[in-house]
Amino acid sequence: MMGRDLLAIEDLDRADLERILETALRMDEVGRRDVKKVPTLRGRTLINLFFESSTRTRTSFEIAGKRLSADVVNFTPSSSSMKKAESILDTAMTLDAMDPDAVVVRHAVAGVPKRIADALEAPVINAGDGAHEHPTQALLDLFTVWQEKGRLDGLTVTIVGDIVHSRVARSNLYAFSKLGAEVRLAAPPTMLPPAVEALGVKAYTSLREALEGADVVMLLRIQQERLDGCFFPSIREYAATFGLDRAKLRYAKDDAIVMHPGPINRGVEIAHDLADRRPSVILDQVRNGVAVRMAVLYLFAGRNPRREG
Amino acid sequence: MRLSLLSPSGEADKGASVAPSPNPTAGSEPRPAQADAAPARVVLDDTAIRRALVRIAHELVEHNDRLGDLYLVAIPNGGVPLARAIAANLQQIAGLEVPVGILDTTLYRDDLVLRGERPPLRRTEMPSAVDGRVVVLVDDVVSTGRTIRAAMDALMDFGRPQAVQVVGLVDRGHRELPIKIDYVGKNIPTQRDERVELRGLQGGLEGPLEVVVKPERSEGDHRARGERSEPERSEGDHRARGRAEGAPGEGGSR
Repeated sequence: MMGRDLLAIEDLDRADLERILETALRMDEVGRRDVKKVPTLRGRTLINLFFESSTRTRTSFEIAGKRLSADVVNFTPSSSSMKKAESILDTAMTLDAMDPDAVVVRHAVAGVPKRIADALEAPVINAGDGAHEHPTQALLDLFTVWQEKGRLDGLTVTIVGDIVHSRVARSNLYAFSKLGAEVRLAAPPTMLPPAVEALGVKAYTSLREALEGADVVMLLRIQQERLDGCFFPSIREYAATFGLDRAKLRYAKDDAIVMHPGPINRGVEIAHDLADRRPSVILDQVRNGVAVRMAVLYLFAGRNPRREG
Repeated sequence: MRLSLLSPSGEADKGASVAPSPNPTAGSEPRPAQADAAPARVVLDDTAIRRALVRIAHELVEHNDRLGDLYLVAIPNGGVPLARAIAANLQQIAGLEVPVGILDTTLYRDDLVLRGERPPLRRTEMPSAVDGRVVVLVDDVVSTGRTIRAAMDALMDFGRPQAVQVVGLVDRGHRELPIKIDYVGKNIPTQRDERVELRGLQGGLEGPLEVVVKPERSEGDHRARGERSEPERSEGDHRARGRAEGAPGEGGSR
């Protein structure tokens, strides 16, 4: 059952996910109107509290909030004043005293949104915490696949790349498994978490085997700034073995789609000519992100029990 | 859309909701509703509903000069089968091809803050532009007028209609806003703690329909104050009623 906060896909059940996706479908329709704005959250305040910089996710939440008529405030504390867990909580509680109706939190350390949620009155939405989870990314990925394929049950989804460092992979692994898809992970052995198969997914160190019969190929960003050469010999070698191009994509199903949470490293995870055209749906993911975040705000924001009459 | 995995979305959640009826036996005998054991009284059976919709189609033709501008917009879920039936009647009576749209009002409601749970959203589908059209909103049960208010706001975001008119299959009174219903199927005075429902005899809203009055479920309506208890008088002659004269609570809006 959906709680007050949205912290992790792991906490949600199938019915919750379906409810969010169905709501997103209606929100997507709002986004296609001439007037892309509805008065639903008029007079509500949404705070984007991003300790880790992110233009894309923050902008997406901001547009989503504005399309629902919420007042959106972006708060990006400088990292220097945020070294202690205590000061993070202090910041959050200061913002909470201004009575927001939801706080969207991103932080480089896993578990911070949860700690903030425990301290605040306002509902907290996790916009990515360390290598833990990025629930709205997984929701928009679910939504995109659902729109493309018309179903999720029984699909094969192959996630390729730096699994061990990826909150996107983690959230997606839960999300797609809960809705009946088969999830495969493909990465160099150094980038596969130990004992990941205990979660009911299959791990591969051969991209070709992992792609065999896949309906969806989801590529992860190689975070060059975070890796210091001990995970694979070189970017070029990674691109040669795990980078996706049209030749390797032939191992997947003929109608397989290619996804990437962005920003993409052209020529590393994905070949130049593959990124911009079908079967790549990378820009659809961005578009769907707004609808999905509108759905999340509709379902979570402003349900503050303090205010109920 | 065609999403096999997900349940059919947006089952009713507004004042007048659509509940699948438990058994498909036709007729107008009151039968117990499923969850609450209290009896449901049938106030309009399928024949009466069909007849009212034929009359309303005639009235639409009578009251509108530029029939080509008509645009029926249903408020889901109950308004949808009604608007389709009216469109079919208009086709028969005047050979008119009137577009039918569906407009969900949930995102425009004024009571979302009062509710802990957010109601499910329903499909909106507006096949033609509303600019310059005579938009006829079609709802199953009109009471406080708040849904119609929300629908008008939503409509204005889609464009600038030439005029907006309202069809209500049932007007149950208790108006809280100065909203007039132009075409009423039947006035059914009710108590606030009652619930009026359009439902299909076979579940969903396919096939024969009926309107029932039953006691309010405990949590459904946040406005269930039960302060007004009007005498039960069924408005017998609904045939000649054109413009909702006598809608309770209309007081002074026109």
